[in-house]
Amino acid sequence: MASKVPQSRSRLVLRRLVRRRLALMGMVAVLLFFVFAYLGPHFYKWQYDQLDFQAFQQPPSSEHWFGTTQNGFDMLARTMRGMQKSLIIGLIGAVISTGIAAVAGAAAGYFAGWTDRAIVAFIDLLLVLPAFLIIAILSPIFSERTWLIFVLLLAAFQWMITARVVRSMTLSMKEREFVYAARFMGVSDWKIILRHILPNMSSFLIIDATINVSSLILSEVGLSFFGFGVQPPDISLGTLINDHWQSAGTPNGYQFYLPALLLVLLVLSVNLVGDGLRDALDPNAGGGGDR
Amino acid sequence: MGRFLFRRLVYLVVLVVIATAATYFLAAAALNPRSNFEGRNPPPPPAVVDARLDELNLNDKTPIVERFGRWVRGVFDLNMGQTVDGGSVNEEMGRRVGVSLRLLLIGSILGTVLGIAAGAYSAVKQYGLSDRGMTLVSFVILSVNTVVLAVFLANAGNSFNNLIGYRAVYNTGEYAPGLEAWSWPGIVDRIQHLILPSLVLILQGFAFYSRYQRNSMLDVLGSDFVRTAQAKGLRRSKALIKHALRTALIPMGTFFAYQFALIFIGSIFVEKIFTWHGMGEWFVQSIQKNDVNATAAIGMFVAILVLVAGFLSDVVTVALDPRIRRS
Repeated sequence: MASKVPQSRSRLVLRRLVRRRLALMGMVAVLLFFVFAYLGPHFYKWQYDQLDFQAFQQPPSSEHWFGTTQNGFDMLARTMRGMQKSLIIGLIGAVISTGIAAVAGAAAGYFAGWTDRAIVAFIDLLLVLPAFLIIAILSPIFSERTWLIFVLLLAAFQWMITARVVRSMTLSMKEREFVYAARFMGVSDWKIILRHILPNMSSFLIIDATINVSSLILSEVGLSFFGFGVQPPDISLGTLINDHWQSAGTPNGYQFYLPALLLVLLVLSVNLVGDGLRDALDPNAGGGGDR
Repeated sequence: MGRFLFRRLVYLVVLVVIATAATYFLAAAALNPRSNFEGRNPPPPPAVVDARLDELNLNDKTPIVERFGRWVRGVFDLNMGQTVDGGSVNEEMGRRVGVSLRLLLIGSILGTVLGIAAGAYSAVKQYGLSDRGMTLVSFVILSVNTVVLAVFLANAGNSFNNLIGYRAVYNTGEYAPGLEAWSWPGIVDRIQHLILPSLVLILQGFAFYSRYQRNSMLDVLGSDFVRTAQAKGLRRSKALIKHALRTALIPMGTFFAYQFALIFIGSIFVEKIFTWHGMGEWFVQSIQKNDVNATAAIGMFVAILVLVAGFLSDVVTVALDPRIRRS
């Protein structure tokens, strides 16, 4: 009989994740996208704000890998720059949105009573107002300021459904022995929420944050497409697609298709990671080998 | 049953009222119609601008609550005010609602029905070839942005035309000018214009619903009552449709209500890319033109759409779920 060495949970999860080929591919791809967006510009000849007066509207070549725009901007340099913004918007937004959901949902479930009713009513209201319409209406207010306000708004309309799930999970968790034990020892309510309740749903929160990254990247593209999101001179994948979508179907189609393809691949990889995490973190999921 | 539906209706109406009011206040606070007039060359005298803004109920010097009150009184008289150019919001909306509904209804209904059918089918054939294929397809579609999907399909349509050497589908506008609407060529022409934009909405609805319906159906298929239904001698197809599918449809109702607002947002992209002059295009233009009254009217339109979708899904739930019907 081979003796089994007990494994730590993190190693177990990692192992299950690696065993799923698609999830692993997704993870590698996301890493590569980060390298591409943040290290790429250091190794590439052209800068995103540099004009090449020798090359207007040139198709991809060894000089300009993704071709150039009408004004002579290098498309690859601009795509890398745009991807930087899209990645950072996705990451910051996802952390904020999952954070709000965790705190609001846990507070509603834990404190019950009026806190609960107020939070649930607020969630219902936000669910009726379509986020896209509201952020579009508010865009004149933030358009002249930093894009960080835009990220905050995106996150502010993203957390509601997660908060509902966190609330119902908290409702069942607050009847458990370890919460009672902490409460009878005199631990304060917020400390119980932050130290005992939320860590116990960390798998769910991690999955949620991952999925939020991709949906925030998609929302950013949608809003920027109409000029309601990231504003020039900042560049994101959304502004790139807004600038060049009309070139699709012309000989300059590469200006649209190359950034669009990278956007699709990025979102696809993040979703693969999210899906893989769901399977790896779920104790009921099969196919992980050693449990 | 009647009482349940009535209670839901009241709740939904309250939500519509709150959503509309919120849209009005946000639009009035964020948009600045005054800049439209002050930006003119030569700039008109301030008194003239004020008088014009007062006339349009857009003057930011009037307290916002007062402006809202005047707008609400107008809405009760079925008059949603004037656009920033002085036109009637009612007229503009009347022109555009039909366009949007023609686009939305076909796309959303077909997408939902096909998605639910495909999701249920792949749950029954779990891990089969069709299941794997469908899961992959919907996974990919859900990762593609609406803009990218619509631009891609618009151009794929063109390539298709070139390939077969005949203009089978069109990717701009709702119809060709100069054709009688209710004649045979007129109808064919409208269908040719409708195919590509509807395809965008259908693909997205399909991807979304097939994924959720598959999960919900898988939950139900393992339960005892489906086995019992087969054990008492029902044919498998009947047990699956009457007992399993019916139960698995109940949770989809709620999705449908919230998803409908998202379909409208999807149509904003579709209208822009395929140049349909519907509500979505108007929404974008209104914000760019600082048109508070039009924006609020569109907000109300969307809220009512969500209300209708929500109420329909309640009716479906009542029809499917005997527990609610009896209470």
